[in-house]
Amino acid sequence: MPDDTFSAMRQSIIDGAPDTASGLALQALSAGVAPIDAINRGYVPGMHNVGEQFARGQMYLPDMMASAEAMRAAMAVLDPELKKLGTERPMAGIVVLGTTKGDIHEIGKILVGTLLTAHGFRVHDLGVDVAGEKFAAQARELHADIVGVSALLTTTMRNQKGVVEAIEKAGLRPQVRIMVGGAPVTRRWAEEIGADGYAKDAMSAVELARELMQLRRDVACNVSAGTTPEP
Amino acid sequence: MRPRLQLLDKALIERILEEAFQLIEDPGVRVAPYVVDLLRAAGITVKDGVAHIPEALARRLLDLAPRGFCLYDRTGKPAVRYGGDDVHFDPGSSCLNILDPETQQARPAQSADLVRLVQVAEMLPQFAAQSTAMVCNDIPPEIGDWYRLLLVLWYSEKPVVTGAFSASSLHTLIELLAIESGGRAALRLHPRAIFDVCPSPPLNWSEFASQNLVDLARAGVPAEIVSMPLAGATAPVTLAGSVTQHAAECISGITIHQLAQPGSPIVWGGAPAIFDMRTGKTPMGAIETAMLDVACAEVGKFLGLPTHAYMVAGDGRVIDAQVEMESGMSAVLGALAGINMISGAGMLDFLACHSIEKLVIDAEAIASAQRLIEGIDARSDSLAVAMFAQTGLQGDFLKLKETRSLFRKEQHFPSAVIDRGLPQMDGAMPDILQRARQRVGELLSAYERHPLPPEREQEIIAFALREAKQSGLEGLPEILRPEYVHEPGLI
Repeated sequence: MPDDTFSAMRQSIIDGAPDTASGLALQALSAGVAPIDAINRGYVPGMHNVGEQFARGQMYLPDMMASAEAMRAAMAVLDPELKKLGTERPMAGIVVLGTTKGDIHEIGKILVGTLLTAHGFRVHDLGVDVAGEKFAAQARELHADIVGVSALLTTTMRNQKGVVEAIEKAGLRPQVRIMVGGAPVTRRWAEEIGADGYAKDAMSAVELARELMQLRRDVACNVSAGTTPEP
Repeated sequence: MRPRLQLLDKALIERILEEAFQLIEDPGVRVAPYVVDLLRAAGITVKDGVAHIPEALARRLLDLAPRGFCLYDRTGKPAVRYGGDDVHFDPGSSCLNILDPETQQARPAQSADLVRLVQVAEMLPQFAAQSTAMVCNDIPPEIGDWYRLLLVLWYSEKPVVTGAFSASSLHTLIELLAIESGGRAALRLHPRAIFDVCPSPPLNWSEFASQNLVDLARAGVPAEIVSMPLAGATAPVTLAGSVTQHAAECISGITIHQLAQPGSPIVWGGAPAIFDMRTGKTPMGAIETAMLDVACAEVGKFLGLPTHAYMVAGDGRVIDAQVEMESGMSAVLGALAGINMISGAGMLDFLACHSIEKLVIDAEAIASAQRLIEGIDARSDSLAVAMFAQTGLQGDFLKLKETRSLFRKEQHFPSAVIDRGLPQMDGAMPDILQRARQRVGELLSAYERHPLPPEREQEIIAFALREAKQSGLEGLPEILRPEYVHEPGLI
C-alpha cells in the first residue's frame, strides 16, 4: 500500500470526513492491506494530529467531534476484519467512562473519550446518569484498567464518591484506577474520595491516564519482583 | 440587522447644526492670513483675522465634499473605505512616550519602538491602517516629521493615518508619499495616507492648520479634521454645546478646504474630551468623552460625510483593568456608532503614552466590537427546528454538521491574549501583561517586511538623504537597519 493512501487516511481523520475514512478502509482491505497497518499508519496518526491541534487551540470541538466520527467510521470497517484475523490493535489501556448518577452533561466526557481514543486507549462510554454499580459491573466485564467519572454539578459531584465505593465493594480496587473530572472537581476532592487522580481538562485526562497505566505497570512489575508498593 | 448606537435625535442634531452655522457667522472663525484672500474671493467677510461665514455658502461647500473615498494599500488595493457605516481602526498617533516593554515604565519613544509597533500592527487584521504613532526622540527634530512617515511606509503596506507638525514639512511628507506611490498623479488617484489637521479650540484655524487644509486639498491628498473641544475649558461645558462647537470647527474647516479644491476628500473627525474639573486633565477613557465622539460622528453622518474619532484609549498609567475597561468600552461604542476611522488604540495616560502590549490587548477588544456590529444572522431557513429534528431532546448539537459549518461564522476566536481557559503547555498561568508580551513576541517573529521595488526604495533613500542634508545632517539615522532587521547596503 503506497504511503499516499496512509496519508489520505490520516487526512480523512483530520478533515473529519467519515465517508472518505470508511471508503479508504474498504479500499485498503480490497488491496490486501493488513487492517492493523491501516489503523496504525493511517488513522491513528490522524487522531494524534487532531489531539495535538486541539491542545494548541488550532482545532475546535466540532472539528474534533467530526474527526472522532471519521475514526469510528473507519474502525467499523476494520474492527470486524481484525477480529476475523484474531489480531487486536495494540492499545494503551481499557477505559470505562461515564457521567455520575443524576448528571446528564456529557460534553466534557465525550472530549475525554475522543482524546483517549486518539491516544490509543480503548474507551467504553457508558453515557450519562450512570450508577456506581454499573460502573463497577462494566469495569469487571470489560477488564477495565481505568474508570473515568465525570460530573458537571457540585450536587452530582458527590456521586463520584459512590462510584469509588462501588468499585471497592466489587473487589476491583486493586486492578482498577479511578480518575475524576468535571467543572467543580478539584485535586483535593479526588484525594478526599479516594480516587487515583484528577484531570482539569481533556488533554490533562490523557496525561493522567498514561500516568495511571504506567503506575499500574510499575506495581505489576514490583509485585512480580516480590515487593508490594502502595497503589 | 446592523446594531447601532444613537445618542442624538433628529431634532437635536438640527439644533446643533443650526447653532453651529450661527457660530461660524457670528462670532465667526479665526483664520490665518494664508486663507484670507481665498475666503474673501468667495464673498466671506474677514475682519481682524476673523471670518464670518454665511450658512448658505457653507452648506453649498459641504455638499461638494465627497460622501466617500478610499485609502489604498501599497499594492494599490482599496483597504479603507471612508463613508457610510464602514468601521476601521488604527493605532493612536504622535505619542511622545512609550511604556518600555521590559520595565513597563514610561520613557521617551525611540524610532525602534515605532518600527516595532508598525510591525505588530501590520500583523493584526484588526488594524486596517497604520499611524505615525510616535514622535521619535532619537531622530533629529529637523527631520522627525517626515522620517517617522518614512519608517511607516518602509515597514508597512497598509494605509497610514499621519499628519504634519508644520506647514513646511507637509510638502516634504506629500513628496515622500508621491515617490512611494509612483508620482503625484498616482498619489491623487490612489492615496495611501490621510492627514490629520487640527483646529485650535475654540473656532481657530491657525496659520499651520489653515495652510495644511489648503495644500492637502490642492494636492488631492485626503484630510481629516481633528477638532478637539474640551468641554468646560475650551468649549461649552455641556456635551451638546461641545458637539455644536465641534460641528462649527468642522464646517468652517470644510469650507476652507472645499474653497481651495472642490471635491477634494475630507473627513469630519475629532478628538473631543471632557475637562476633568478636579484635575484639569482630559480623560480619553471617560464615558462622556466617548459620548462626545459618538455624538460628533452622528452630526457628520447626518450631513452624509465620512467620519473619524479618537477612542480605544485609556487613562491609567499602566496596563491595568481600568485602562482596558475604558479602551474596550469605547471600542464597542465607536463601532456601534459606525465611525469610519477610530484612532487611539495602544494609547494610555491621557494620550501621553503608547504601549505595544496594550495595542495587542486593544486588538482583542476591537475584534469583539467588529463581531458585535456584524450582528445576528439567521444563517439558514430554519433557526432551530431543523437542528432539533436531527438531535431530538438528546441535545447532541456538537455533533451536527451545521455546528461545524457555522460555528466559525458565529463565534469570534480571540488570540491567546484573552484567557478562554486554553491549557498552557507548561501549566503556567500568565497574567494579561505576560500574555500580551508573548503575543507581541510571536507577531514580531512572524513579521516579514515586503520590500518596495528596488528602484523605488533607492529613490526614497536618495530623497531622504537629500532632505536630511538640507536640514544640516550628514546622513540618515541608523534606524532603517535596527538590529532585528537587516537591509544591507541600504544606507
